[in-house]
Amino acid sequence: MSMRLPRSTGEWINRDKVIKFSFEGKDYTAFEGDTVSSALWAAGERALGRSFKYHRPRGVLSFANHDVNVMLTDGLDTNIRGDVVTIRDGQKFVAVNTDGGVRNDKNKYIDSISPLLPVGFYYKAFHTPRRMFPFWENIIRKAAGLGIVNFNFPRVTKRKLNRHCDLLVIGAGPAGLSAALVAAEAGLDVVVVDENQYAGGSLSYDRAGSGELATKLADLLSMVNRTPNIKLYTGAYAAGYYTDHLVPIVRADGITKVRAKSVIVASGAFEQPPVFRNNDLPGVMLGSAAQRMIHRYSTKPFDKGLVVTANDHGYRVALDLIEAGVKVLAVVDLRASGQNADLMSNVVRKGIAVHTGQCVYEAVPTEGKFGVKEAVVCPFDEATATVDTSKAVTIPCDGIAMSAGWAPAAALLYQAGTAMRYDYTVQQFVPAKLPAGVFAAGKVNGVFDLAQRVHDGARAANDVLRYLGKPAADVVVSEHAGAAPSHPYPVVPHPKAKNFVDFDEDLQLKDFINGAKEGFDNIELMKRFTTVGMGPSQGKHSNMNAIRILARIRGLPVEKIGTTTARPFFHPTPIGHLAGRGLHPHRLTPMHAWHEEAGAEFVEVGPWMRAAYYKKPGLSKAEIVQEEALAVRHAAGIIDGGSLGKFELQGPDASEFLNRFYTGIFSSQKIGETRYALMLDEAGVVVDDGVVSRLGLESFYVTVSTSNAAAVYREMQRCLQTWKLNVGLTNVTGAVGLINVAGPKARQIVAKTTSLDISDKAFPFGEIRETEVAGVPARIIRVGFVSDLAFEIHMAAGYARHVWDALLAAGKDEGLRPFGTDAQRLLRLEMGNHLVGHDTDGLTNPFEIGAEWAIKMAKGFFVGQRSLKIIAKRPLKKRLVPFVLDESYKGQMPQECNLVIEDGQIKGRTTSVSYSKSAGRVIGFAYVDPNQASPGSRFNIRTDSGVMVKATVVKAPFVSLQQGA
Amino acid sequence: MPYRLLKFALKKEHDEPRFFRALETPKKSYDAVIIGGGGHGLAAAYYLAKDHGITNVAVLERGYIGGGNTGRNTTIVRSNYLTPEGVNFYDASVKIYEGLSEELDLNLFYSTRGHFTLAHTESAMRTMRWRAEVNKHVGVESYVVGPDEIAKACPQLDLSCSGKAPILGALFHAPGSVARHDAVAWGYARGADRLGVEIFQNTEVTGIDVQGGKVAGVQTSRGYIATNRVLSAVAGFTPRVCKMVDVKTPIVIHPLQACVTEPMKPWLDTILVSGSLHVYVSQSSRGELVMGSSLDPYEVHSTRSSLDFVEGLTSHMLDMFPFLSNIKVVRQWAGMADMTPDFAPIMGKTPVDGFYLDAGWGTWGFKATPISGKTMAETIARDKAPELIHSFRLSRFEDYELTGEKGAASVGH
Repeated sequence: MSMRLPRSTGEWINRDKVIKFSFEGKDYTAFEGDTVSSALWAAGERALGRSFKYHRPRGVLSFANHDVNVMLTDGLDTNIRGDVVTIRDGQKFVAVNTDGGVRNDKNKYIDSISPLLPVGFYYKAFHTPRRMFPFWENIIRKAAGLGIVNFNFPRVTKRKLNRHCDLLVIGAGPAGLSAALVAAEAGLDVVVVDENQYAGGSLSYDRAGSGELATKLADLLSMVNRTPNIKLYTGAYAAGYYTDHLVPIVRADGITKVRAKSVIVASGAFEQPPVFRNNDLPGVMLGSAAQRMIHRYSTKPFDKGLVVTANDHGYRVALDLIEAGVKVLAVVDLRASGQNADLMSNVVRKGIAVHTGQCVYEAVPTEGKFGVKEAVVCPFDEATATVDTSKAVTIPCDGIAMSAGWAPAAALLYQAGTAMRYDYTVQQFVPAKLPAGVFAAGKVNGVFDLAQRVHDGARAANDVLRYLGKPAADVVVSEHAGAAPSHPYPVVPHPKAKNFVDFDEDLQLKDFINGAKEGFDNIELMKRFTTVGMGPSQGKHSNMNAIRILARIRGLPVEKIGTTTARPFFHPTPIGHLAGRGLHPHRLTPMHAWHEEAGAEFVEVGPWMRAAYYKKPGLSKAEIVQEEALAVRHAAGIIDGGSLGKFELQGPDASEFLNRFYTGIFSSQKIGETRYALMLDEAGVVVDDGVVSRLGLESFYVTVSTSNAAAVYREMQRCLQTWKLNVGLTNVTGAVGLINVAGPKARQIVAKTTSLDISDKAFPFGEIRETEVAGVPARIIRVGFVSDLAFEIHMAAGYARHVWDALLAAGKDEGLRPFGTDAQRLLRLEMGNHLVGHDTDGLTNPFEIGAEWAIKMAKGFFVGQRSLKIIAKRPLKKRLVPFVLDESYKGQMPQECNLVIEDGQIKGRTTSVSYSKSAGRVIGFAYVDPNQASPGSRFNIRTDSGVMVKATVVKAPFVSLQQGA
Repeated sequence: MPYRLLKFALKKEHDEPRFFRALETPKKSYDAVIIGGGGHGLAAAYYLAKDHGITNVAVLERGYIGGGNTGRNTTIVRSNYLTPEGVNFYDASVKIYEGLSEELDLNLFYSTRGHFTLAHTESAMRTMRWRAEVNKHVGVESYVVGPDEIAKACPQLDLSCSGKAPILGALFHAPGSVARHDAVAWGYARGADRLGVEIFQNTEVTGIDVQGGKVAGVQTSRGYIATNRVLSAVAGFTPRVCKMVDVKTPIVIHPLQACVTEPMKPWLDTILVSGSLHVYVSQSSRGELVMGSSLDPYEVHSTRSSLDFVEGLTSHMLDMFPFLSNIKVVRQWAGMADMTPDFAPIMGKTPVDGFYLDAGWGTWGFKATPISGKTMAETIARDKAPELIHSFRLSRFEDYELTGEKGAASVGH
């Protein structure tokens, strides 16, 4: 039976394009633009889903994504909102969370055993005896959740945009559009967003049976479209409000992050269901849902039914229903008095009975609860919310439209920090104090009359102009006249319950009463105990009634109950949208392409990609690493160190700064000299180390470790600001390339590329020279991290590849071989050099790693000094020592971070462990008891499998040195 | 069907008693006053009454019960810490948790699902081994596992993390659990209330009266209360309360954010943590994915949410689970974490006589709820902290005897 109405102007469907889809295995047709719900409803279907807990059949409630009665999957996607998602040709839908489909859901029995499952039942059962809980939990877990996740769903990468504007208007209803037009006329750059497919808000559905408003909307929209400085986005919702007017706008294709100078929230109000028995049956829907169905999708909500109301809006709904050909049997008005005389006489004139002071006591279901058979209407006492069932009458019908009140769509206002107050003239929360730059207009501001909403938009726009320091007019908005748009307590008790407040969570009136009885009688505790508002629609249709009910239970005015905190997101927002493209940038050194060609295996170090080792056919990684290291020991190796942190410090206070920042003395450092630099935090913990070279009286060049470079730079900046020293700090990490040539033949190789005298006498260890290498300006530092003979060459990054190639050519006949970070780590271990972060942890002090020599306590202040003074007086708890395993040891190889155990106690751990071909045995670093730290001491390492291995403390280095070669 | 459910159906009226009394007017004095009606404060009250017979106790809560970090955390309970002191302490907590539903006769949905801390780098693997070795030493079931075992427990996980951070292994911690966090607070509140403890919600402490270096009472929005013993268990508000008694702590407040998806049929049975990707995730018994990430990098005393948090977290979630692209995040929120320099709590006595601290709970407070309550109750009752929390004493900062747990924080903070 088709419920589709004749074509009407302004409908959101394209009758020229018919598409096919299926629902629960049955084929249907729809028009392009139809949502799943509108197409199914037009086809005469009523039961479009099953409820979360009791598995009751559900149909359309809000038709606006304010509930999740119609939650679907198409086999690909999970939790599709049938009310608002338009159909693509060929889609095959089924409802989520059924066992056997909507018609024959095997779980429907749960509805009849609901007395076993009162509010919070799961807190009170299943836990005794303890061993049985996993059994029950398994059953509960199976019942939980909505849609089934498709593990093959592709990763979606949505674009992100940033947008700035003078004014962001949220909601393209009459208030929002009016505000936009006024602001745009004053020259502001205005962005308007609306979550619906088309703009217009209530103008697109709330017509009271007249075509006049359609014309008004068309006029308004054509004005907006003619205004170049208004950009209107539909199908776009404001997902949240974040600090400083940051509002992410979500559309199908991605998120636009709008930073607005000002924001007008004109997001309207959510219609709220009156609470009565079986108010959730398919066919019982909100008045605004019925109107949306009629005017947007030209679909008849039902054939004959009634309107239950408590405000003017219900009468407007009745007029729309009549116009759509619905036989309206009666308007049932909870209010004994206060009706709008014009609207009422309009309705009465059409021959409709109006029953004032009456309520729908219950909707009586058809077989299987798939629809409404009749409505039971009886007198209702507003003051006490009690009914007189002795005077009940039964009206056969197939639908009920409900209009009893509204809740402001104020989530963004709350997130912005708006203080709300309860306004008794409209029986609604309205903004009391808005944060700077945030404004509200229309229904969300408690303004309901259409003309006044237009005024209120203009008023808000002028408030924006004033806020932005522009000339502004005073617009007067009339106080609300007539009856309140919301009923203070549209709640009808019923001994058999099933009078629903929260449709997502299947919460009935008694659940709130019982929750309060158990002590959960403030709104936050009530939310958490009953779970009201915690479903996917986040309380849009339920929180206001929950507040009213709790106020009634407590005997307090509504404003004393307050509201729960509204958090992002306004609508649940897809992870793919939020994640965006998931960029994962890497920094590459100038030699990266060379490394790739040479077969490098890369490793991430901080943000950098570094060559770990260079693959060789037929050799394992371990073998290659030993080979690369041996080349350095016996001939020479070359490594790309471009990722090292590099900073230039200039200025009269540069040496003073370094004196304070590091533990050593730099004021006495000679020009051309380099010094080890140890960085501590205020607690005296070792944070980083590096090398400071003095280039001039007021000029220093500092290198720090790759992975800490960003943090050290940040800390240097912070200290500079705190200490107010006259130093220019420049991070040249990416601008400068770095190549290290190490090994006994390093000197003769480097000598071929520079005119500088690099003999040990002319250029001893620990010095820096500014010179040329391969014809380009470069600095060379004599370092000794991986070998006691090594030249670290620093040059502009653009020249680095050229120098690299020149050095390789120079070393071709000398056995020069590139090595990666793995060999570097082994080489430095062989040299007895610890690695900060590898051989230290978040609590290591310099005494524990034997770095006393690097600390100049006698100088003035430095970071960590005060702590070191205290620590120095305390007994050392552990000490990092170089160790070897016996040459003969053949057992399980100890791993880094195995424990050092003495007498069953943890005394320390290994931090570096490696086999060294040069040393001919396993070598490493370990923390041991200070009593066992002297060379020759033996200690136990416990391997992963629990085997104790004897290790011997030795003196570093583990390899013999060349001594200047 | 359990008998207890039948009982509901057999009764005409819902005659379940209140969890806790609705009290408005405090007495003039109490033997002890607990500031903060979160899990910790309520647990301390419960154990004061139960273990030590001290029932003349008031719990003062500025908002509502469990409304602070008890209701904001991601409900993970574990004991796979790095220091033996930490492991022993949290292990004691796990053991109480395991029997707590029965003890409080409230189903806390304490669900032992196993906990994987994924390692994507060699250095993370080293830390995992360190933790595993310390855990084993203390008798806690943690060990390093390879990618195969992870895949077995969570076949949906992309072990390459979209090629961005391949998983090398993990620290598996068998006792890792999740629980219904609100219920923990309610259960302790009910237990304490039944033993005579008085709980006052909407009651703000505005000052602490110290005379001659000793606590004499507290000023509250409901008037002055005389007492010689005050426990501060206020998570992100610790600096404000400590200021009232002029006790200095090294605590700084950073926001910690979290978010939750809409419900879906359960598929994720374990608890997964990735340090490198800054993600921890589990699926609740409602079917929601509960997700958290690292601390916000700045000090802020507020619970506002930020967009970049959820952008970063979801991006990393997709690296692990690419198929979640169209799953929707319903809600995000934030808590205030009081961070200590060594990532261990501050518990015990303070320089002010009768002022006890249960603080510095950073991002690890929920899992310690039972044991912190138990040990703080003992501290208050005996005016002496038990050995179990000796390494968490406030004076350790002056003594440079920190309890380094940074390496065991769930994600890099």
